[in-house]
Amino acid sequence: MTDATASQTAGPFWHMIDFPEWADLLRADGPNAGAAGERIILTGRITDGDGAVVPDAMVEIWQADADGRYDSGFHGFGRCATDGDGVYRFVTLKPGAVPGPGNGTQAPHIVIAIFARGLMAGVMTRAYFSGDARLGDDPVLALVPQARRATLLARQQKSGLWRLDIRLQGEGETVFLAA
Amino acid sequence: MSDPIPYRPIAAGSQPPLDLPSYRSTGKRHPMAAPVHIPTTLTEASAPNFATPWYAPHTNLSVVDGKAAMGERIIVAGRVTDENGRPVPNAMVEVWQANASGRYHHARDQHDAPLDPNFLGRGRVITDAEGQYRFTSIRPGAYPWRNPGPGWRPQHIHFGLHGTGFAQRLITQMYFPGDPLLVMDAVFLGGGDEAARERLVAVLDPELMQPDWALGYRFDIVLRGRAATPFENA
Repeated sequence: MTDATASQTAGPFWHMIDFPEWADLLRADGPNAGAAGERIILTGRITDGDGAVVPDAMVEIWQADADGRYDSGFHGFGRCATDGDGVYRFVTLKPGAVPGPGNGTQAPHIVIAIFARGLMAGVMTRAYFSGDARLGDDPVLALVPQARRATLLARQQKSGLWRLDIRLQGEGETVFLAA
Repeated sequence: MSDPIPYRPIAAGSQPPLDLPSYRSTGKRHPMAAPVHIPTTLTEASAPNFATPWYAPHTNLSVVDGKAAMGERIIVAGRVTDENGRPVPNAMVEVWQANASGRYHHARDQHDAPLDPNFLGRGRVITDAEGQYRFTSIRPGAYPWRNPGPGWRPQHIHFGLHGTGFAQRLITQMYFPGDPLLVMDAVFLGGGDEAARERLVAVLDPELMQPDWALGYRFDIVLRGRAATPFENA
């Protein structure tokens, strides 16, 4: 057995592999054109330990389709760069509930991975949807201390617009997850 | 539905700490709390399929519109496997790098070194059935940075990989053997224990060289593997 290759920071110039259209998973000329489901925007601001915005992060998402499937042909991947205000923004479909451990069910969620200068390895978290009746049964949320659970709950700003801010460090620090 | 086989825990010393005081930018960006460990669910064990027309390979970085970039032409190739030694086919390998004079084709790179109109410095390869990838490029130059005092990054190529599970996502950097800047680079030195750092350094490989044309470097990459084989688990 050989250990996994060490991670290294993505650095400040990762935008050379940024393709801004990837932030729109439903784009007309993309792999999900015409996919069925509820169109949503997932957005939020990323801040650091001083509360300063992180304007140079690479943000990636990974999610199931509207029926909670990863093997349906829906391409549940997106990437975007945070802007000058530290804001990321994806256009996608609201995912369905996904099978969980032991024949359980995971509430609908979107994985968010963040890479940046100053992060020696990417950090991953999940965006859940506030108000979803299945949150109480989610086996991953159940592992997160109650007091910090809200850091994983996207809130609906208006119909179809969900916001989850991410705090890398300090007060209100986002809970990051490691499988 | 049976549960996915869990990924192995991260081996001690194999990965950098997020809090790395010698690399100043980690100071306000590393989480204070340890991550919450979660089971490997279908979400972590699944991954995007990049072997589609939307992710067309771009494997020759050494020319733009048929015009050759300045610098030392190199072939970089290797094999992507998991920790169990199994090849990872259809993995997306993305690379980006500075040009021969140490400047990125990036608006925010203000290093006073010339841009090369024939070098954009980004590429994409999808691994074959044996996990192999290969591209042609130019050996990147070293460049200055502030950390916060002045220093020089060793020559390196950034690599990003997606495997068969999203938990395998990796971003790393490939370095060149014998680079004297390695021993004073906080990012390289912070990459884990000596064995982990050694694996970040490519190997000059005569078999990859093309006579009268290009030097060849081999850089094999290992993604996280599952804790047990399906057979052991059956």
